Amino acid sequence: MAESIAVECVLCPGGCRVRVLADRTEGARCRRGEAHARQEATDPRRTVTTTVAVEGSALPVVPVRTSAPVPRDLQAACVREISRLRLRAPLYRGQVVLVDLLGLGVDVVVTRSLPAGRETLLPMSNPASR
Amino acid sequence: MGGHPGGPGIVAVRGAHATMSGEVDVCVVGSGPAGLAAAAAARRAGAGRVVVVDRETSPGGILPQCIHDGFGLEEFGEAFTGPEYAERAAGDAACVGVEFWQGTTALALGPGPELVLVGGSGRQVLRPRTVVVATGCRERTRGNILLPGTRPAGVFTAGTAQRLINVMGVLPGRRAVVMGSGDVGLIVARRLHLEGCEVEGVYEILTRPGGLVRNVVQCLHDHGIPLHLGHTVVEVHGDRRLEGVTVAAVDADGRVRQGTRRRVPCDTLITSLGLIPELEILRGLTDGTVDESMRTGLERVFLCGNAAFVHDTVDCVTACGRLAGRAAARHAAGLRWPRRVARVEAGEGVRQVVPGALSELAEAARFHLRLDVEGFDVEVQARARDRPLARWRLRAVSPTQAVALTAGPARLERLRQDRTLAFVARPGKEEAGGRIHRR
Ligand SMILES: Cc1cc2nc3c(=O)[nH]c(=O)nc-3n(C[C@H](O)[C@H](O)[C@H](O)COP(=O)(O)OP(=O)(O)OC[C@H]3O[C@@H](n4cnc5c(N)ncnc54)[C@H](O)[C@@H]3O)c2cc1C
Ligand code: SF4
Repeated sequence: MAESIAVECVLCPGGCRVRVLADRTEGARCRRGEAHARQEATDPRRTVTTTVAVEGSALPVVPVRTSAPVPRDLQAACVREISRLRLRAPLYRGQVVLVDLLGLGVDVVVTRSLPAGRETLLPMSNPASR
Repeated sequence: MGGHPGGPGIVAVRGAHATMSGEVDVCVVGSGPAGLAAAAAARRAGAGRVVVVDRETSPGGILPQCIHDGFGLEEFGEAFTGPEYAERAAGDAACVGVEFWQGTTALALGPGPELVLVGGSGRQVLRPRTVVVATGCRERTRGNILLPGTRPAGVFTAGTAQRLINVMGVLPGRRAVVMGSGDVGLIVARRLHLEGCEVEGVYEILTRPGGLVRNVVQCLHDHGIPLHLGHTVVEVHGDRRLEGVTVAAVDADGRVRQGTRRRVPCDTLITSLGLIPELEILRGLTDGTVDESMRTGLERVFLCGNAAFVHDTVDCVTACGRLAGRAAARHAAGLRWPRRVARVEAGEGVRQVVPGALSELAEAARFHLRLDVEGFDVEVQARARDRPLARWRLRAVSPTQAVALTAGPARLERLRQDRTLAFVARPGKEEAGGRIHRR
């Protein structure tokens, strides 16, 4: 019983405190929680989201995400690497702007479409706002 | 541009169905997820001209600044970021012919209903057949809680900081203290940390975090940001720019414990003190009480999304908007405005319940509750004065997460037996439960 890792389950309001041991888990009140705790104890992963500087658009930054979760402890390194990017509008939601981030096998993807120029989005079709 | 993986995005749907004239069946105020869902649902339910007005220049409400993921798990079975969710919802509304009047503020609402709008070049009075108010929330500010001290720059609400960083690309400071542990505050703490602003700590006056466990783990624990429960910020220092705050431990009644004051140098204070429904345009007309289809007390005016109830997830907000939109379409087509037949109140163990009324047309209802009870196997009852009318069993509950209870036709029939009904919650059996939080 040397190795035991404590994980707070985040999947439901129950908030079970789970102990993950080599061969079993203790304290989870459901299967889903057990699997989640084991994953958290052995290979915790998170989707990283941040922003990147963009030129030629009404907004100075565009939000991005990783295409898949990355190891939890590499979040800061990922953000640092992504922040070195410089992008140009137009950009489209889903557009890949960096391939194979830090050799992790995940890409960086734009999460907001940004047109080039001063417009941010939809036109104003309201006669009162021309 | 069609070749891009994300598709053309909403920039390309400009003017797709825009018509400039004709009577407006449904005017939605607010283009957040609630308003967008309401507008699309109204069109799908047969409404003619549906217009969304919003003072912001792009649709999505608060979502474009919420760049983290976790939105729409129930709606789309996939975890989107806020901007992605906003774009999908706006695209969906545009595709079914909703008109967007961005950059337009609704100044006043009157019976009729009648809306006074102001846009870039002036004022306009609109008389739509129905109005859906989906104006979201405001953040409680430092002023709301009367925090003593000076008035230097560097004090931001969590939402303002979030917008500065994620939309304007500006880091608000170098060293921050976060006051309050609501979800937005936790998410902003992580964001500040990752952008290189040191977060000295999060101070929560209560003995439990205000936000979801998920956010405590992923925003604070993951990044080694300390959470101080039972602590608060008691004073603000600095002349022009914030120079520091005094924090202290507090007892159960919120009084500062002797000898626990500590001065923390920082140039930024983030307040995350909770959200208040934005009901400004209903003021003096009706309160925020709605019935099962999100009808307000004012004829042919609906209220939905976070303006009606501070929902936990955008999925609930979307469902709520859809309910209002569908009903608005039916009333725009001539359905008579119903009477209210029952009042719904929060009783023992329940802090809030929405809807607060049932109409004579009610066939089914979805109740959203905030409980003061936590634990497993909790029983919620809807009671007439002296007897239970319906019961629900909940597997696991916590005061920080709202619960949704559905009542189908059979249950609703029973609920309507009395003019006033109260929801009560009984603590669960298991050891984790059994606590009622009193404040
Ligand atoms: C700062 C902040 C951060 C949040 N972060 C998260 C999060 O990370 N995750 C999460 O699940 N939830 C978050 N929420 C909750 C969030 O509010 C809901 O998930 C959701 O966005 C609510 O949708 P809504 O449509 O009701 O309101 P909103 O998204 O707030 O949209 C309301 C819209 O109405 C417009 N409006 C208001 N008054 C008028 C007027 N008089 N005239 C014209 N337009 C008007 C506003 O400009 C706004 O666009 C956050 C809320 C806030 C305030
Ligand atoms: S283990 Fe199961 S019951 Fe416990 S918190 Fe996790 S999901 Fe909820």
